[in-house]
Amino acid sequence: MRVPLSWLREYVDLPYDVDVEDVGERMIDSGLELEEIHSVGGDVTGPLVVGRVLDIEELTGFKKSIRWCQVEVGPAHGHPDTPGVRGIVCGASNFVVGDLVVVALPGAVLAGGFAIASRETYGHVSDGMIASERELGLGDDHDGIIVLPVGTAEVGADAAPVVGLGDHVLDVTVTPDMGFCLSMRGVARELAHRYGVAFRDPGLELVDLPAPGTGEPHECAVEDLEGCDLFTLRTIVGFDPSAPTPYWMRRRLTMSGMRPVSLAVDVTNYVMLETGQALHAFDRGKLRGPIVVRRARAGETLETLDHVERTLDAADLLITDDRGPIGLAGTMGGLETEVDGATTDIALEAAHFSAPVVAHMSRRHKLSSEASRRFERGTDVVLAPYASARAAALLLAHGGGRYVGMTAVEAPHEPVTVGLAVDLPGRVAGIPIDRDTVVSRLEAVGASVADPAADPLVVTPPSWRPDLTDPADLVEEVLRLGGYDAVPATLPRARAGFGLTEAQRARRRVGRALAAAGYVEALAYPFLGDAELDALGLPADDERRRTLLLANPLSDAQPAMRTTLLPGLVATLRRNVGRGTTDVAIFEAGSVVRLRAGQSARGVTDPPRPSVDGRPSDPDLAALHALLPDQPLHVGVALTGARTPAGWWGPGEASSWADAIEAARVVAAAVGVELEVRRGSTPAPWHPGRCAELVVGGEVVGYAGELAPRACESAGVPPRTAAMELDLGAVIASMSGVVTAHGLSSYPVAKEDVALVVDVGVPAVAVEAALVAGAGPLLESVRLFDVYTGEQVAAGSKSLAYALRFRAPDRTLTVEEVSAARDGAVAAAVAAVGAVQRA
Amino acid sequence: MSAPNKSFDPVEVATLSQESIDAAVADALAAVLGATDLEELKEARLAHDGDRSPLALANREIGALPPQAKAEAGKRVGAARTRVREALKRRQAELEDERDARVLVEEAVDVTLPYSRRPAGARHPLTTIMERIEDVFVAMGWEVEEGPEVEAEWINFDALNIGPDHPARTMQDTFFVGSEDSGVVLRTHTSPVQIRTMLDRPLPIHVICPGRVYRTDELDATHTPVFHQVEGLVVDEGITMGDLKGTLDHFATAMFGPEARTRLRPSYFPFTEPSAELDLWFPQAKGGARWIEWGGCGMVNPRVLRACGIDSDRYSGFAFGMGVERTLMFRHDVTDMRDMVEGDVRFATQFGMEV
Repeated sequence: MRVPLSWLREYVDLPYDVDVEDVGERMIDSGLELEEIHSVGGDVTGPLVVGRVLDIEELTGFKKSIRWCQVEVGPAHGHPDTPGVRGIVCGASNFVVGDLVVVALPGAVLAGGFAIASRETYGHVSDGMIASERELGLGDDHDGIIVLPVGTAEVGADAAPVVGLGDHVLDVTVTPDMGFCLSMRGVARELAHRYGVAFRDPGLELVDLPAPGTGEPHECAVEDLEGCDLFTLRTIVGFDPSAPTPYWMRRRLTMSGMRPVSLAVDVTNYVMLETGQALHAFDRGKLRGPIVVRRARAGETLETLDHVERTLDAADLLITDDRGPIGLAGTMGGLETEVDGATTDIALEAAHFSAPVVAHMSRRHKLSSEASRRFERGTDVVLAPYASARAAALLLAHGGGRYVGMTAVEAPHEPVTVGLAVDLPGRVAGIPIDRDTVVSRLEAVGASVADPAADPLVVTPPSWRPDLTDPADLVEEVLRLGGYDAVPATLPRARAGFGLTEAQRARRRVGRALAAAGYVEALAYPFLGDAELDALGLPADDERRRTLLLANPLSDAQPAMRTTLLPGLVATLRRNVGRGTTDVAIFEAGSVVRLRAGQSARGVTDPPRPSVDGRPSDPDLAALHALLPDQPLHVGVALTGARTPAGWWGPGEASSWADAIEAARVVAAAVGVELEVRRGSTPAPWHPGRCAELVVGGEVVGYAGELAPRACESAGVPPRTAAMELDLGAVIASMSGVVTAHGLSSYPVAKEDVALVVDVGVPAVAVEAALVAGAGPLLESVRLFDVYTGEQVAAGSKSLAYALRFRAPDRTLTVEEVSAARDGAVAAAVAAVGAVQRA
Repeated sequence: MSAPNKSFDPVEVATLSQESIDAAVADALAAVLGATDLEELKEARLAHDGDRSPLALANREIGALPPQAKAEAGKRVGAARTRVREALKRRQAELEDERDARVLVEEAVDVTLPYSRRPAGARHPLTTIMERIEDVFVAMGWEVEEGPEVEAEWINFDALNIGPDHPARTMQDTFFVGSEDSGVVLRTHTSPVQIRTMLDRPLPIHVICPGRVYRTDELDATHTPVFHQVEGLVVDEGITMGDLKGTLDHFATAMFGPEARTRLRPSYFPFTEPSAELDLWFPQAKGGARWIEWGGCGMVNPRVLRACGIDSDRYSGFAFGMGVERTLMFRHDVTDMRDMVEGDVRFATQFGMEV
């Protein structure tokens, strides 16, 4: 909403020298979002005067039409040789002798720093310039010079105030609850509060119209009083369609961001901006029979003013005549009945339409108009006849014609009242607010209070505030008018809290541990497309292809919610490598979306919609929750390039499958959960020989290892890229609580190393398990310190070297005890995995 | 042990004479002071304080003296040996210092050599700033509450007093799941967590709710379709707008230092009444302290309380919310939203483990 300051002043007595920045601040205090303050022709300086064209000589012999004009500029501004008159060369031709124009005299500086001086051109000395709107910074119009309607101003008068130079336009955004501020009327009311000055409400004046003359006003009827509880139609005949819009009205429309069209249309727009009431002018000659307001019927269509043919819905509220729909109520008129350059008889509609009905129509047709923006927020329920009287008066005054009268339909309506406990505003604010203050602020917003001594107060909100329905709404008005700064800051006392949950703490530990292990956190968008899953080689029946689809994805290439973190990790890795970071290790912890059994990619079409008047029943809540897919928390890593770069310390080390599996161990250790790493299934995209199943509590919670060569290639990441993904939620859920401490033995440790030769296919974890089982309770720890394949062992075998540590809690172990324990460990390995002890 | 003394006269025992002891001490001190390194000192120690040193030998002679002479001789030899040993100790210390000074210089390395064997990881600043925010409120006794990102439309909109035809529901803002009629959306704000909290938790409620949210904006320098919000909710008896202001002021100072403060401007949100825009006085702003828009807040609309089955006559509450990306942008002068979402490791690495 663009609000010219000069227009506002018509309704509110702002201080003469008010600072426009201050006006803007007070608008903000009222709850209006100030976008910007625009200064009209702010860089234009005088002298600018109103002139009258006395004579025009068409100059010939030039490429374009050039006029040599004699312009009357008043006795004070004429050329010394030609008192009161100046000769000016002009390239425009949209004016005739006798027209009033705006003359920039030598010394003036126009928009963009264009300085005016007397200069010789086209064989004459041009002694000034006749200005266009654009040259004055008033608008974009440069088709011709400004022609002021006769009578606009005296010749020789200062033209700046006439054309609105020096005015300011405040561009504000109006929140949905302040629909009444989509008008000069509403904004002026707010500023009147803020400045404590007088306010004249143009919405409460019923303009005098001439007594209806002979002829019948156009008839109207309303079939749906819920959708339209007030409909008025004023009829004017004999209107002059060629009558121009007065200059001041054009200026105000232009400053408010609307394009002047024709007098009939301009007047409806002008009154809408002034009062907030949207109006529509029909060409009565194009109407067939009475106007009827009703809902749409099956199969009906309408071509609206924007030249779009619209298929109508049974919920649409229509303006119709005998032919069918001629307008979408409160949204947009139809093309067939619009006023045009030949319209002499006008039927002027002003009505009150239901806000939800218009909102629904506007949303369904994706059609937002000046009218619908107002109606969908709720408009003044009684304003229509007032606004249309104002518009009719303007049409008659500037376009002539004869007023024939008004027809109207009005549903009986009870004014809404709201009960307000007197102390509620104070209780909400946290400071006492006395009764007089509460009552006077309510009255200031236009509400009436039945009995100021009553408690609760019975408050009737003003007709233009349909948003005020609840006590809380009235509380807001009382506090808003007092200013939120008046509310003192206090601190609520929270009950004793329990801090972060174990799961929340665990998640933080995981993030810190992975970062400490050299991984950088990256947060990918959780969207997914088939192409990414194809690149990773996921088979058609992979459960990660059971995706939830979006109705309106940002990109058709990614219409689904991610079921796995891997595509995002891979894409992020690729981007980093592409930007020259070739050694990258990243991690992400975030939710993925998995459809539950029986859920479809497109969801349902008949979801439950419980009432909001109270807590939904448990079955209703369960039904709501059943709409949602599982959203487990996953964590994943991906890495490529050097894990340890080469340096002065020695050679570097490439990142590998082992790092990825280690990342899973880091996660498990951070959470405090025992992780089993084992060979098992190797689904895509993993390298079948270099992938581990990650197991917690007997359940597979994820995979880690190297990505399959083809997956690396098609996903565009370097060969041997390694990754890990696991269900972090499941890992956290298996946390076992507090650790039970074991006492430490201070007796000496006995160390034994054993080397075992096993088949290459035997997993180290199995060898270790056998050693642990066979060594007995004296074993303190076991650590694999070497893996060897080569000449020293048979082909197809490998040697695993383990360091065993033995210790007893209560004594120093004897050589015999240690030997026996070691031999037991070896024997178990021999039995379990066919190990042979290496000499 | 030498032969028994015949005359019981210590003077007759040559090695115990004052002269010979003085000579032995003089020899010893000369050797000790003359030692130029620890090896020579070790030899001197052996020669002059060892078992076969003159003073040690002299000491042995004492045993053979008559009792009346033992004390005097013992005193004489003891004093002599003490002198020698102290000299040894001093010289030992001197020579060790000299050795250390030399060796440690020889062993010096270039300690400025870079040692980036394991390049540092980092956490994303959006994660860590959310944790910082959580910690501010946890310290006040609040708890952290979360909810799903794929959310029921009823919880995301209806229960928050956002009616079916509210403009916020249009496809221009909301990602719908499946179809526009599925009743499921990607949550457009963290406010549905308020609803879940009020439906599930016993009163009173003091929660902070960080999380990822979605709007159908294209990614550019100042917009991202996937972003984060943090939302606070308090519901208790007697909660006032003053409590809201005090909480926000505390939050602001915890995040931006003692000079920070907040200001409320009237605004509109369907789920709060009264509603306000939240401005922050940001002391560290580039180009000087100024007010910046930080978020929205208000008193929980009694309609929302009722939709969650809370007695709105008895209980009242406040709620506030702000964008985490925006907070990070002005707190750390991040100028391009894309840096936060593209996963370029150079971005997060600047911040390390905390913000």
